This record gives sequence, structure tokens and C-alpha cells, in this order.
Amino acid sequence: MDFRVGDDEHELAEGVRAMVAGRLPLEHLRANEGAERAIGAGDWTALGETGVFALTLPEPDGTGLGMAEAVVVFEQLGRALVPGPLVGTFLAASSGMIEGSSDGRAQVGLHCAGPGPILVEHLSSLDGLLVLPAYDRRSTPRLVSPAPEAADATRVTEPLDPLTPLWRLESLPAGEPVADAGGRMMRDGSLLTAALQVGHAAEALDLAVAYAKERHQFGKPIGSFQAVKHICADMLVRAEVARAAVHAAACLADAPDVVAFEAEGARRTPDELVDRAVMGAKLLADEAALANARAAIQVHGGMGYTWEVPLHLHLKRARVLATTFGTPAEMALAVSAFA
Amino acid sequence: MDLRYTASEQAFREELRGWLAETVPGFRQPPPHDDWAARRAHDLRWQRTLFDAGYAGVDWPAEGGGRGASPVEQLIFKEECERAGAPYVGVNFVGLLHAGPTVIAEGTPAQRERYLPAILRGQEVWCQGFSEPDAGSDLASLRTRAVRDGDDYVVTGSKIWTSHAEVADFCELLVRTGDEGRQGISWLIMPMDSPGIEIRPLRTIEGTTEFAQLFLNAVHIPVANRVGEENDGWRVTMVTLSFERGTAFVGELLECMRLLGEMYRVADRLGLLGDDGLRRRIGHLVAAFDALWALTKRNVSEAAQTGVPGIGGSVFKLSFSEHAQALGDLSMEVLDRAALCADPLLGPDGEVLGNGEQLHAWFKSINLTIAAGTSQVQRNIVAERILGLPRSR
Repeated sequence: MDFRVGDDEHELAEGVRAMVAGRLPLEHLRANEGAERAIGAGDWTALGETGVFALTLPEPDGTGLGMAEAVVVFEQLGRALVPGPLVGTFLAASSGMIEGSSDGRAQVGLHCAGPGPILVEHLSSLDGLLVLPAYDRRSTPRLVSPAPEAADATRVTEPLDPLTPLWRLESLPAGEPVADAGGRMMRDGSLLTAALQVGHAAEALDLAVAYAKERHQFGKPIGSFQAVKHICADMLVRAEVARAAVHAAACLADAPDVVAFEAEGARRTPDELVDRAVMGAKLLADEAALANARAAIQVHGGMGYTWEVPLHLHLKRARVLATTFGTPAEMALAVSAFA
Repeated sequence: MDLRYTASEQAFREELRGWLAETVPGFRQPPPHDDWAARRAHDLRWQRTLFDAGYAGVDWPAEGGGRGASPVEQLIFKEECERAGAPYVGVNFVGLLHAGPTVIAEGTPAQRERYLPAILRGQEVWCQGFSEPDAGSDLASLRTRAVRDGDDYVVTGSKIWTSHAEVADFCELLVRTGDEGRQGISWLIMPMDSPGIEIRPLRTIEGTTEFAQLFLNAVHIPVANRVGEENDGWRVTMVTLSFERGTAFVGELLECMRLLGEMYRVADRLGLLGDDGLRRRIGHLVAAFDALWALTKRNVSEAAQTGVPGIGGSVFKLSFSEHAQALGDLSMEVLDRAALCADPLLGPDGEVLGNGEQLHAWFKSINLTIAAGTSQVQRNIVAERILGLPRSR
């Protein structure tokens, strides 16, 4: 067993980080705040060409990697606040759905059906829309393709996240059932969403620590005060614990033999064990992202409350992601059965 | 990252599991908590049994007489022992985890030969004399004084939070031989039968005497019992800490998972699981303990490659201690008035509630954010050493 983040994974993460920093820096992405399209077609293609949607596709179409590598990559996308239907497009690409989903020519949205109003993200950019209910392996994902016409929906004028445009629909077309062996879409989608959340939690931490070192009050950096230090320490704890959970769940998803071994000891089915790990990871990652974004705003004081400082974007995106594949409250309820 | 165990790690687990299944049933009846003589005998018998089977000092290097197991094997050892319900390390704790590793790293050949085999074979018990009434989190301010008198040090002062003092043969003792601060401290081996040692048991909130305070009145300790150079004791102590391989809380973590399962079943029997709020709190603890188990594997993997568990130790302890307390608090709520005593009580279904076990676990959890570095000190360590924030002292 070697559960360290390995050299290959570090390299992969660094590659994605460098590409995003070069091609999709935050000031560039922020130019689309409030726009109908959160990410331009050219930017999306540039992202797709790096292979982030085709990581688990077998070669030669993809890179034949596992979910362990995918979560490392998606953490970087979360850190950089890359907008767009990242998870839906990854799931479509992995199942060979929608021409162009694997290489950045198509955007595939994701809608997790629930009791609330039907709010679809990125609608006018979509080539297809995957519809999944909250975490439940027994349900069948459906694909609406082409995606509903934006013209038939009402665009939300004041979306929470300025980089996640929303459309309100009265109803969704039923779409076609999608073959989904063993509920993999639910599992992988939840994992990738959790990985994005770890990225938000980690970036909020880094921003808070950098600010605490540089901002002086009472003649000292505010990071020398224990009250501020302890906020930062707690942020690190939340991020590290959530990251370990996401990585472990991804490793279990990749290694059925480990799962079978552990399941025997725990008197559970392998599927139950993976679900437990994935839902637990999503729960902790949601909470880490939300709590760290809030804590980072607090460390920044008044500046944290401004539009200019990007912490509100992490907080708002974290809220969007926390409602995808089940809220923290729903995840906690589901995981309790494994006590 | 890979959670798969290698073939040799699996073989180690299988062999150990078989041995535990045969051996542990002979240790089912732990002695009463306050019967120190019986506890000493029980724990030493377990240690001797481990020794005879080649499992003594699994984490000790081979040159110290240990098994020299890899960090992953150490993790497997602790995991399997806990799952098999094997006895805890108990009175052997200081010898196996602190004093022994220190003597291995810093002791003379004569000291190693004198002290190490007796620890491994379950013949001698050690206790720790580090903290003082006025030197807790600020350990380096300790004031117990050692003055040279020929071939002896004459030691006067007081030590506190000393576990197993009543039944220990030796004490790893930090004393002041020089100036104030870290550079004036020495590390001594104090025989507990030396004249001038008074042991006063300290009653904890559990009602038992888990710790003692030591009063040292001109205790003579041979200079030959010093480990490391005079005034180099702080560094010697830090070397011991570097033996930690990220497995320090494996037993406690797995115990929390088991207690959570017990509490869930009791809540079910009491008809409380219709309460979604309660179930969410339980689910949260399931997720947290699972994540901490993953973090343990991460820290152990880090230690396997670099020799130290990296940044994980303090991170783990901060999170674990708080979740263990949350578990204790929740168990008390679930048991309601049944948590008002430790006497065995039955539920309405006539089955045991396990209230005594949960009550004792709750007590112990309260100490987790205090012992071995308070959570406040741990946060300072995380902020300064990991995040690089400016030192405040």
C-alpha cells in the first residue's frame, strides 16, 4: 500500500494547474461574470484538448487513467474556479455519449433532479443534458439530447454564482435512459464534484494564509495572532481530511479487489462500501469548501466582503456544488446506515 | 496513490490474524481498573506472549531487538490487534513507545543491553516524568533540578501526569542540569525503587487513579543513567518523537468506529432513528472516522517513504479528538438517563445498553484535546510549521 499522492499524480496536477493559469487565468474567466455563456467555446475547446474529460477513456481516445487521477485533476479545476459543465461533460465523455464531449467540442450539462424548482445550469451552451436523481444507484440516468432550447426556458436574472448561469424550466423532457453499469455515473459524478469542492477548500486556505502573512495591524502580520492562526489551522484540517476521503473513495472505485477484501471484513457488499466512501467524501468535501470559503472571508475582514476579492466566487460555487448529487444533509442521512 | 496491500503485507496480516485468533481468547478477562498489580501482571503477560511469538516491538528497529516492521506492517499489526480485541499496550506504553525507542537511538551499548530486552520480554515497566505542575504545554520551562554529587545526580522537584507510576520499575525523567530553556535539560533513567520518591495518585474525572504526581526529594540517580550528553536532553526527547509512524491513534480510531456502531444499534432499539437530525449526526461521524482512517493510511505511507509521517500527525489529532468528543456527546444523548451511571443497565427489550462502556469512552474523549499537546498548541504547530505563519512567541 502506498497512499501518498505519487509523483505522476503531482505532475498531472501541476500540468493542469499550469495550463489553466496560462490559458484560463482568473481575470480572463471573470470577464464572463453574469454572461449567458460562462466559458467561451474556444476556452472550452482548449480545456477539452488537454484531455481533462477523457482521463478514464481507454487509449487511444483517452488516457486510460482511473478516478484517482481524475480527482487530482478536478481539484485543480475547482481551485482555479474554471466554470462550465465540467462533471456532466466528463460523464458523457466517459460513456461515449455526445460526439465531441471528450475533446472539448461539446458541453454536456448535468441536472440532479430533486423536489425543488427546475434550475438548469449553462443551458444555452449545452449539446445534451444528463439527468440524474440524488445519490441512488437503483435509478437510471437519462440523457436529454439535444438539450432543451434555451428559448423555451426563463433565464434567471440573479443567479447565486455569477459564473454559473441558470435557466428555469417548468418541466424537463423525459429523455432517453442511459446504460450505466452499476451506477457508475452517480459514483464518478459525486466523486468529481467532491474533488472540485476540495479544490475550493484548498484555494480558500491558500488565499487566507497569504493574506494573513501580508496584512499588518497593530504593527504585526495578522497571521501572528493566535485567533487568526487557529482559523487557518482549522481550514487546513478540513481540507486535508476531506482530500484524504476523496482520494480513498477514488482508489476504492478503481480497485475492486481492495473493496472486496474490505467488504468481507465489514460484512457489506462491495457496492455498499464504495457508496459509503463516496457519499462520506462528498459530505466532508462540501462542508470543507463551504466552511473554508467562509473562514477565508473572515480572515480577509472587510476586503473579504468585496466583489473584487474572489472568495465569494469560491463560496458561491461551493454552494452550487453542494446541491449536486445530494446535499450534505442528504449525504449524512444516507451514510448513517453504515454506522 | 494505491490502497492495495502487497502480497507480503497480506501474508503478514494473514499470519498475524491466525495467531491472534488462537491467542487472544486467553486474555479475555482484563483485571479491574484500580487493581494495579493485576493490571501489571496482565499487561506483562501479553507482552511476553507477543515476544515469544516474535511480535514484540513490531515497530522497533532490528538493532534494538525489535521486528523492524515497515510502517504499513505496523499499521496492519495495530489494526488486527484492535479488531481481534487483543489487550492494549497498557503499562508497557512508555517502555515500548517512548523510553525504549529513546534508548535505542541515544543510549550507550551498555544501556541498550540493560534495558531493551526487559521491555520487549515484558519484564520491566516504565513511566514518564516529563510534565511538571508548572511546566505543561511549556515543557522546556521544567524546574526539577539535578545537581552533580560525585557519580550521582541528586534530583529534587515534582513531576505530574505520570501514568503507571505505582507499578513502574523505571522512569524516563527530564531534569534541569543547566541554564533555563531547552539547552539546560538532561534525560535520565530513574529506578523507581530509589529512596526519596513519593508517589501520590491523582484521581481523574473518571474516578480512577490513572495518573500520579511524583515528589522527588534528593533522589540519587547514577550519572551512568543519563542518556545522551548533559544538557542535550531536549534533543534526545525530540528524537523519540521521530519514531512516530502515523499509527499513534489507530487503536483509538477503530475503537470509536466500533462504539459508534454500538450506539447506532442502541438508538435503533430505543426507537430513536426516526429522528433525522440524530441520524445526520451519526452519518457525519461515520464519514469523519472513515476519512481519518484514510488519513492514517496517508500518514503511514508518507512515513514509509520519508521516515516521518509528514504534516499529518497534528492534523489527524486535531480532527480525531474533536470527532471522538462528538461521538461521546452523542452517545450520552442517545442513552439519556441511562448515561447517568456506569452500572450495567438493560433496555426495554431486556438487552444490555452498554452504558458503562460509552460513559467511560466519553470521559476519555474529554482528555483527547488536552493530552499529548492541547488542541490549542496543536493549532499553533499547524499554523507555524505547516502553513508558515509567523511565530507568536
